[in-house]
Amino acid sequence: MKTINLTESTVRDLNQALHDQARDLREREWLVTHPDGKHNLAVGINEALSIDIQGHAGYYCAGMNQKASVTVHGNVGVGVAENMMSGMVRVKGSASQSAGATAHGGLLVIEGDAGARCGISMKGVDIVVGGSIGHMSCFMAQAGRLVVCGDAGDALGDSLYETRIYVKGSVKSLGSDCIEKEMRAEHLEELAELLNRAGFDEDPASFKRYGSARQLYNFKVDNASAY
Amino acid sequence: MSNEYSPVLRESATFDRLTIQEIQRAAETGIYDIRGGGTKRKVPHFDDLLLLGASMSRYPLEGYREKCGTDVVLGTRFAKKPIHLKIPVTIAGMSFGALSAQAKEALGRGASIAGTSTTTGDGGMTPEERGQSQHLVYQYLPSRYGMNPDDLRKADAIEIVLGQGAKPGGGGMLLGMKVTERVAGMRTLPVGVDQRSACRHPDWTGPDDLAIKIAEIREITDWEKPIYVKIGASRPYYDVKLAVKAGADVIVLDGMQGGTAATQEVFIEHVGIPILSAIPQAVQALQEMDMHRKVQLIVSGGIRTGADVAKAMAMGADAVAIGTAALIALGDNHPRLDDELKKIGSAAGFYDDWQNGRDPAGITTQDPELSKRLDPVEGGRRLANYLRVLVLEAQTMARACGKSHLHNLDPEDLVALTVESAAMARVPLAGTRWVPGQGF
Repeated sequence: MKTINLTESTVRDLNQALHDQARDLREREWLVTHPDGKHNLAVGINEALSIDIQGHAGYYCAGMNQKASVTVHGNVGVGVAENMMSGMVRVKGSASQSAGATAHGGLLVIEGDAGARCGISMKGVDIVVGGSIGHMSCFMAQAGRLVVCGDAGDALGDSLYETRIYVKGSVKSLGSDCIEKEMRAEHLEELAELLNRAGFDEDPASFKRYGSARQLYNFKVDNASAY
Repeated sequence: MSNEYSPVLRESATFDRLTIQEIQRAAETGIYDIRGGGTKRKVPHFDDLLLLGASMSRYPLEGYREKCGTDVVLGTRFAKKPIHLKIPVTIAGMSFGALSAQAKEALGRGASIAGTSTTTGDGGMTPEERGQSQHLVYQYLPSRYGMNPDDLRKADAIEIVLGQGAKPGGGGMLLGMKVTERVAGMRTLPVGVDQRSACRHPDWTGPDDLAIKIAEIREITDWEKPIYVKIGASRPYYDVKLAVKAGADVIVLDGMQGGTAATQEVFIEHVGIPILSAIPQAVQALQEMDMHRKVQLIVSGGIRTGADVAKAMAMGADAVAIGTAALIALGDNHPRLDDELKKIGSAAGFYDDWQNGRDPAGITTQDPELSKRLDPVEGGRRLANYLRVLVLEAQTMARACGKSHLHNLDPEDLVALTVESAAMARVPLAGTRWVPGQGF
């Protein structure tokens, strides 16, 4: 295992060393110590590395991740795993807003809570949150699954496309064109699989499913009041 | 009142025929009008400026013999690999989706022949475009449609889009008739939806956040690529200062004459400011930060001729970008299409329904039959010709002003024809020393 101490090395040193692995793989296991809330840690990785960040991370931790497995042993700032393509990011603490924004693939697990706009414009990623999420989560979410074991804030799933949302607790309000939907067997099955991958021992039957009513996909004069 | 003379019909200046038609259209349909292009109203523009050719007090260069340089280097502030273009006229961001794949390929071909860059749009990077573009700028938009790190690494520069001149504060729009299977696949959307892009970035909300976002993109690309920030002109003095503070290498400033593929008519005509009024504010901001010529300024919105290029550069731009003019060079609104355009309720010279995908030129469409009409090789040749003419014209005027490089043009080479343009461009009214707003 290679250790990078961020009191001695810069964020640039860290990211360059991780990027270099995609060209010439020398080390799969990485430990990052003393992150101290620094921004842009482990961004743009394109190799199946395993990275442990021992502490809190700032904005965009593991942004645009491809293939790597990143675990943050602390909280993260805005935009964790933004635009992730594949791999896995696990946050042992809580996440600020825009967690998993626009991410296309992979799995993002937040063991604590997530702030506003969790999963905004998500494009295929799976996000599992152990706690609650803030307002405007899944705004314009296009594809993928969001699982929330706690509660959801205001305007969940506003202007949703094809993302499927599962919430165990309460939903303060649903956004435009987001509705509760029937939980069928295939949904229970995919939810169980997601919870299992995330490592959460929850009963899928205790969740409700939300999705798009698909009424705003095309301009209709009668829908003007929805905006 | 009747009299012995023929009655003269008086059209209302307030309720003219166009206004009456729009009220009636709105009453009929219940929805705003959507169209492509930029503002159609007359606004102060480069036509309202004149260049001062040399005579006794300045020496001209020999028009056909002495060299007048045209190259420009973009991204010298932080990027390890700045872009070196042969000419200071670039192709503005236009999406695959708004444009056919053939049109995007033609833009890449034409730009590469001429030695300049082209730019992706709200929908990702196509292989056709990357393959044919020697210098390709990859747009990073609020929607992040098609955004992925592989393409980020393939790009020669990255342009973070905050807005565009046709609609500062508005998001993109692509109506369902153009959201084909390929377009939808690239954007992860259902086929046929009226795609309405976000107007705000999903993971940052202000200039302090933008600084961190720019740092992230630099980290992902190992600090190699120039990072542009594109601004729709509304408050350019402040926006430019904030973008520079956030770490931009290049500012792209787009005025209200800049085109769009699809936006509400009322938005296009009533939001934003003319590029003529925006450039001096941007240059002032850069100069006050000691960043003029260190952070390069690309301006766009209504560039049509070499005169426009020369005047924009004299005002302080490092380069210009063209969008609408490039489409016209490819064949948009060509007179030979007049009969077909009339069948769809328009005419050559007037066609602006770029949103509906029925373009007989094969440019603003996703219809496979219409798209096939545009030969990317021939389109590229036409665009390259047009770019050459723009540069030759600009060089002709620069030499006449005694300049050995287009970058040596400066505001002292300009005067204004109207009080309004003098005030906006901050150059003297012709024949006077008066710059409105700067005393006598």
